[in-house]
Amino acid sequence: MGAILRTEKLRVEYRSRELRAETKLALKELNLTVNAGEVFGFLGPNGAGKTTTMNVLLGYVNPTAGDAFLFDVSVKNPIARQRIGYLPELTYYYKFLTAEELLRFYARIFDLPRSETEKRIDQLLKLVELEHARKRPIRTYSKGMQQRAGIAQALINNPDLLLLDEPTSGLDPLGRMKVREIIQRLKDEGKTVFFSSHELGEVETVCDRVAILHNGELKMEGRVSDLLAQYQTSLEQIFLKIVGYSAQAPA
Amino acid sequence: MNKILAVANVVIKELYRRKDFYVLFILTVLITGLAGSLRFFDDERIARFLKEVCLSLIWLSALVVAVTTTARQIPAERESRTIFPLLAKPISRTQVLLGKFAGCWLASGIALLVLYVFFAIVSASKEHAFPAVNYVQALWMHWQMLGIVIAMTLLGSIVLTTPAANVTIMFVVTTGILFVGPYLNKVAAKMTEPSGSILSALYFAIPHLEFFDFRNRIVHGWPPVDWKYVGAATAYGWAYLAIFLLAACVAFRRKALN
Repeated sequence: MGAILRTEKLRVEYRSRELRAETKLALKELNLTVNAGEVFGFLGPNGAGKTTTMNVLLGYVNPTAGDAFLFDVSVKNPIARQRIGYLPELTYYYKFLTAEELLRFYARIFDLPRSETEKRIDQLLKLVELEHARKRPIRTYSKGMQQRAGIAQALINNPDLLLLDEPTSGLDPLGRMKVREIIQRLKDEGKTVFFSSHELGEVETVCDRVAILHNGELKMEGRVSDLLAQYQTSLEQIFLKIVGYSAQAPA
Repeated sequence: MNKILAVANVVIKELYRRKDFYVLFILTVLITGLAGSLRFFDDERIARFLKEVCLSLIWLSALVVAVTTTARQIPAERESRTIFPLLAKPISRTQVLLGKFAGCWLASGIALLVLYVFFAIVSASKEHAFPAVNYVQALWMHWQMLGIVIAMTLLGSIVLTTPAANVTIMFVVTTGILFVGPYLNKVAAKMTEPSGSILSALYFAIPHLEFFDFRNRIVHGWPPVDWKYVGAATAYGWAYLAIFLLAACVAFRRKALN
């Protein structure tokens, strides 16, 4: 299996504009490889560097040193994102557009042919159960509906790699189930999924491999089945141990 | 190019779905229509004055639409965080910025066309004259002037902290260039050094927006200008437009999004 996503000695420093303010090191020489067809869980406590890694992969932040590659193309080049889909944690879409206009707009960014675009819009709106609301502006949607519109936009280009940033955060149980079903369906289709999450039970269920990040450093990377066999406990306990959490005895 | 046009299309959609644009548009049409319906015993001077008022109103409305629409484009994308899913697609920041520029410029052009056509109809119905070439030249030059203002505002929206500050500064700068800019060299000639040289340099550095003001040709019924002048002024406008857009692209590429 070839590497779909790769980071090489990735280092990100945030420099403050304030005088005498310290430079914050967000990522320290991160080396990560995600292979084709894998569902890869990217874990870490808040401030571990997960979002920074996502930001580099999506081209929002330039690395201070090292590089990241999607399909062997440096993320500095926008074409690296031609075969990816991205679902952000919260819904950030043009509220004055309808769901089908939003999908048509993103399809144009991917240079999809018009006939293919219309076919995919129909398929995706059916998949996320938004057919009845396709001509309504997104501002009239409930939170769950907006998140489903987000899933549809992430799949508009039939991506080979899906980047999900805490995809089930803030969703009701039905919404979570829907996202899980979609991840499973993509896995069955041989797609690669890279997602960050705090829902460790969910990660244990759907992921093939995980990486645990702490203070900008990669602390562990491996197959979920191997980790569970090695530690003889749940992924949550393994995670807590790696990030150095020790439960306080009740007073 | 397809990506730039896709972004421009969203800008235009947003503009015609906003209510404030229609309020401004209807207000301008109402005042122009009302002025056109007045009769002052066919006094030519009053007719000229009314035409001048109507055209000034069109200039003001177009400037308000162009500056306010452009000023909020990038800040709104950042504030609502819609920039993130967009940049996660195969599109560069330069393409996003050019799309925003194209959308604002096209939208302003459409608004201008509608206002000029309405003014021309009202004017023709009263004067029984239709100086078509004058109207085409005035509309074209006005649109080029708005292109410079839009590019300047787009740069301001990246460099300045808030859209309100940007709008205020752009109105001050644009009206300053229009009303004070033409006389800077005369003032400079009367000043001592080094103030005189600084003011002279400023005179040659600023885009002279007054070159694009053809209102008097319509108001006084002067003959159309040579198309060579229109071409030269267009090239002059595009040079400034390119400088401002280039600066905006460089600033936007360096800008942290969070």
